[in-house]
Amino acid sequence: MSVLVYTESENGKFKKSAFEVASYAAEVAKQLGTSATAVSFNAKENDTLGEYGVSKVMNIANDSLKTFNAKAYAKAIAQAAKQEGATTIIVSSSADTKYMAPILAATLAAGYVPNVVAAPESTSPFTVKRTAFSNKSFAHTQMHTDNKVIGVSNNAFGIRENKTDVAVEDFSVSLDDSAFSTKSVEIDKVIGKATIADAEIVVSAGRGLKGPENWGMIEELANILGAATACSKPVSDLGWRPHGEHVGQTGKPVASNLYIAIGISGAIQHLAGVSSSKTKVVINTDPEAPFFKAADYGIVGDAFEVVPALIEKLKEFKAQNA
Amino acid sequence: MKILVCISNVPDTTSKINFTDGDTKFDTNGVQFVINPNDEFGLTRAMWFKEKQGASVHVATVGGPSVEPTMRKALAIGADEAIRVNTEPVDGFFVAQQLAEVIKNGGYDLVICGRESIDYNGGMVPGMIATFLDMNFVNTCVSLDIEGTSATAIREIDGGKETLNTTLPLVIGGQKGLVEESDLRIPNMRGIMQARQKKLSVLEPVSATKTTEDLSFDKPAPKGAVKLVATVDELVTLLHNEAKVI
Repeated sequence: MSVLVYTESENGKFKKSAFEVASYAAEVAKQLGTSATAVSFNAKENDTLGEYGVSKVMNIANDSLKTFNAKAYAKAIAQAAKQEGATTIIVSSSADTKYMAPILAATLAAGYVPNVVAAPESTSPFTVKRTAFSNKSFAHTQMHTDNKVIGVSNNAFGIRENKTDVAVEDFSVSLDDSAFSTKSVEIDKVIGKATIADAEIVVSAGRGLKGPENWGMIEELANILGAATACSKPVSDLGWRPHGEHVGQTGKPVASNLYIAIGISGAIQHLAGVSSSKTKVVINTDPEAPFFKAADYGIVGDAFEVVPALIEKLKEFKAQNA
Repeated sequence: MKILVCISNVPDTTSKINFTDGDTKFDTNGVQFVINPNDEFGLTRAMWFKEKQGASVHVATVGGPSVEPTMRKALAIGADEAIRVNTEPVDGFFVAQQLAEVIKNGGYDLVICGRESIDYNGGMVPGMIATFLDMNFVNTCVSLDIEGTSATAIREIDGGKETLNTTLPLVIGGQKGLVEESDLRIPNMRGIMQARQKKLSVLEPVSATKTTEDLSFDKPAPKGAVKLVATVDELVTLLHNEAKVI
C-alpha cells in the first residue's frame, strides 16, 4: 500500500521535477503512514531518489519504452501500481505527464487532480489545494475515489532532501501492440536549452521590443542567466516568436523562481499565466503599465537601454561569483 | 468523416474571478461566457475539414440550459448540429463519461477537444474519453492532417515539438497552432440566422462517477507594492541578496 510516484527521466537522467514529485510522494507517504515507491523508465542512478525519501524504485528497463509514449507509459505505470498495491499515484506537470495522467486515471477509475500546489490538507477525507481559473484562484478539492492520481505543479512544493535507504528493482511490464497505436516519428527539440517548463529563470519580452529583429539581446540575457525565453501573446500572434514561447492564460504557465518581463504591459491573461513565478521583475517605459502592480521589482526605462546595461552588469556579476 | 468538437462554456479571459455562497461557488454575476479558447481553435480546424474534406461537424457540451448561447455561437461559426447533455458538469471524469456516451452513440471518427478549459484547467477530458472508448489520443496538438483513416499530428512538448502517426478513430486535445489566432471566425449575420434553425439536441445524462469535488475556493494574497529601482546595479544586488534568485 505504498504511495507510487512516477519519476520522469530523459536519456536516462532524472528531470528536476522527478526529485520534486519524489519529495511530495514521501510527504504523502508520511501522512498516510506508509512508504514511497518510485517507478522509472530506463533511468540510470535510480538510487539518487533515496535522497528525497523514496525507499523503493521499480525501474522499467525496456527498449520499446525509450521514447515516451503516453498510452504505453500509462499502462506500464498502472501495472506497477497493481503490483505494488498502490492506490495513490503522484505525477508531475510536464507536457508528457499531462498527456499520460488522464489515460492512467481513466484506466484505474481514479480521481485525478492536477495543478496541486501543496501537501495534502487532509488525508481523511483526502483533500488537496490546487490552482483554478488559470492561476487566478485556488480550489480545495476533495477526492472521493480509492484510486487517486495527483499532479503536482512545477516548483510549488519544492525539492526536499530526506535521505532514505533505497532498494532498486527491475520491473518488467507486458504491453501488446495496441499500447503503441500512436507512434512518435520525429522529435524536434533543442538539446541543452532551458525550457519554460523547467527553467529556474524565464526571460520574456513583448511588443515593446518593436520587432523580431530585436530579440538578440533577449537571447543573450537568457543565455547569461541560463534562462528560457518566452513572449507575450501578441508577439506570438504576430509571428515574431514561435507559439511554444507564448506564456499566459491560453499559452504556457510559468512557475519559475525569477520571471523577467521586458516591454510587456501585463494584460490580465498574461499575469494569470505567470502568477506562480516567485519573483517578478518588470522593465517597461510606461510607469502606468499594469504589470508593475503585479511585480516585485521594476525599472521604468527603455528596454533598448536597460537590457544591454543589465547584460553587462550580469557578466560582471557572473565573473565575480563564478 | 464525422467530427465531434467538445465545447466548454467558460468565463471570458478578461473576467474577474470571484466566489459566492461562502466561497464555494464561482460568481457568474456580470461574467461573459465564451467558447473555451482551446476548443475554438479546434472548432476552426474542424471547419477546415468540413470545407476541404467534406466532413460533418457536430458540437457537444455538458451543461444546463444557460450554455445554449455558446452552442448557438458554435453553430453560427459553422457546426452542423449541436448536442447538450443536460446536467451540471461535476468534474473532468464525469464530463468525459457523459461525452463518451455521446461519441459511442454518434459513431464519430474524430473528436476534437481543447487541451484544457481555462476555468478549472483539468486537462483530463480528452485523454479520459480516448481511454474509455479505446480511441487513439494526441494531446497539446498543434497540427493535424488526415488522409483516409491515417492521421499525422504534431504535439507541443516541453522545449519543442513531436510528430506522431496514428489512425482514426482519434481524440485530440487541441490548442493554438491547429489554426492561427487570425483564422478564428466571428459569426456573421447569415451564420447567426442559420444557427437558429440548426438542430440542438438535449440529451439526458447517463449515471456517472463523481470522483472529485471542489469544497471551496480562495484567491492568492494581494501582492505587496513593487520596488522600483533606478539602476541595473541596484536590481542585480536586490536579486542576489534579497530575492536570492541569482
